[in-house]
This record gives sequence, structure tokens and C-alpha cells, in this order.
Amino acid sequence: MSLLTCDRFLQELSDYLDEDVREDLRRELEKHIAECPNCWVMVDTTKKTLKIYKELEPEPLPEDLKQRLMTALQSKMGSGTAS
Amino acid sequence: MKVKAIQILMATSSTQPAFSDEAALIARARTGDAAAFTQLVNRYERKIYRLARHITQNDEDAEDVLQDAFLKAYQHLGEFQEQSKFYTWLVRIAVNESLMRLRKRKPGRFVSLDETVDTGEETVAREIAVWDDNPEQRYSREEMRQILMQAVDSLSPIFRTVFILRDVDELSTEETAKALNISIPAVKSRLLRARLELRDRLTRFFKRKADDVFAYM
Repeated sequence: MSLLTCDRFLQELSDYLDEDVREDLRRELEKHIAECPNCWVMVDTTKKTLKIYKELEPEPLPEDLKQRLMTALQSKMGSGTAS
Repeated sequence: MKVKAIQILMATSSTQPAFSDEAALIARARTGDAAAFTQLVNRYERKIYRLARHITQNDEDAEDVLQDAFLKAYQHLGEFQEQSKFYTWLVRIAVNESLMRLRKRKPGRFVSLDETVDTGEETVAREIAVWDDNPEQRYSREEMRQILMQAVDSLSPIFRTVFILRDVDELSTEETAKALNISIPAVKSRLLRARLELRDRLTRFFKRKADDVFAYM
């Protein structure tokens, strides 16, 4: 039986998902997930949260905003101030 | 003449083959090569605008940040240290510009990303409900974007900035710490808090329809 509490599990959740935990701790966490339905749901839904956000492409800049950016850059670059 | 120059700059778009070597682009930009710097702009403008928009939560401020961040980057290219990543350096400039505008907009309320925060995981009641296997299929692309952006914007700046850099822009923990000038443990604790809060906020949209039984941890 896992000795980890759910609170302790939650503290390690991020590092676990990032695969940034020691091997012995990883085994403990996985044991806890196998025994605790609530923590299993936390892992599954947090993983899905990250997946959804990673798939989110940044929107293209609106054309007028892009135009204003380029105008501002052009005036600065035209004056040759890069150092 | 001016319009023509802008058209040339805009024509150097991200649809053209990108230079594989960013260092070469930077070296050319340092010599005053506008086309090379424009390629760097095209590569990162969307991400910088998104980051600025998330920190300032204001379109006008985000546009100012976008312009000023690239202008400052151009002016200070000589100070860029080759061993670091250009995007991390650019993010640092954009974050500072964003915070400056936040402070202007909310005078009297000092906004900082390096303050100590209580991430208070143990005190939060969490909704436990199973999600659909592919929750994104329930909504149109535009609806999904709205749901996800509103959820991020509901976090405080200190959490949403770390989340955007780590989980959306996919910077490493070390790069995020460097860009925000905070420690690695601070990045990790804020990221955990941001992830858990977002998961909670999204659960009401994505939980399996039949799974209406709540449990609390």
C-alpha cells in the first residue's frame, strides 16, 4: 500500500508530469495513482489540460496591428540604431 | 517610399523558408540588415503579442509592448549574449515592458513577478470528475480558444505568466526562471498552482456528461 498522502501526491504532480522526479519517488507516485481513484483523475485531467494548451497555436496578428508594428520598426531601423 | 519599405518588410513573411541558423540572422541584424531582423520579428511576433496580452489583459497595452519589445531588442542587439536563446532574451524584455504598463494602469499597486507567494495547495478544495477522452471535440475551435483564454486570464499575473511560458510556449524551467528573473523553485511552485487552477476551471466544460458526482480532496 502507498505511504503517500494525496496532499503530498499533489505537491509532486507537476514534477511527475514533467518527468522530473527521482526513480524511487516516481515508483511511489505511480503506486499511489494505481490505488487512489481521485489522484488518478487528477493526473488524467491535468495531463489533458496541458495537452489542450500545447495544441493551441497563437493567432496571427490582425493585419492593421501588423502594419503598425512594421511601420514602427521601419522608422527605427531606417535610422540605423541597432548596436 | 515609406509604404514601399513597409511592404518589403511585410513581404519577408514567415511563409518564406526560415533561416535554420538563428545566430546568422542575429549577426546580420546587428549589421543593420532590416530583412534579417524582420525575419526574427515574424518568427516571434505572435508569441510575444500573446504573452503581452495575457500579462496586461489589455489590447492597447499589448500592442505597445509588442512594438517596444522589438524596438528595444533591435536597439540592444549588441548586448544579447550569444550563449542564451534569443527568444528567452526577447521574453524578458517583453515581460518587463508588460509589467511597466500594468504598474502604470494600476498605480499604487506594485506589480512584481518575483514576490513570494503562498501557493497554498493544501487549502484548496478540488473538483474530481472524469473528463471526456477528447474534450476538445465538444466545442468549435473558436469556442475552445475562448474557454482556454478566459481560464488563463482568470489566473493572477504571477501564475499565468509562468504557465504561458512553460506550458504554452514550452520554455524549459530554467529558461522560464531566467526570463522572469525568479528562482527555479518559484517557477515550479507557480506552475503547479497554475496547472491545478486551470484544471479546476476547465473541469466544468470538459467533464464527462454522466459524471456528475463530485468528490472533494
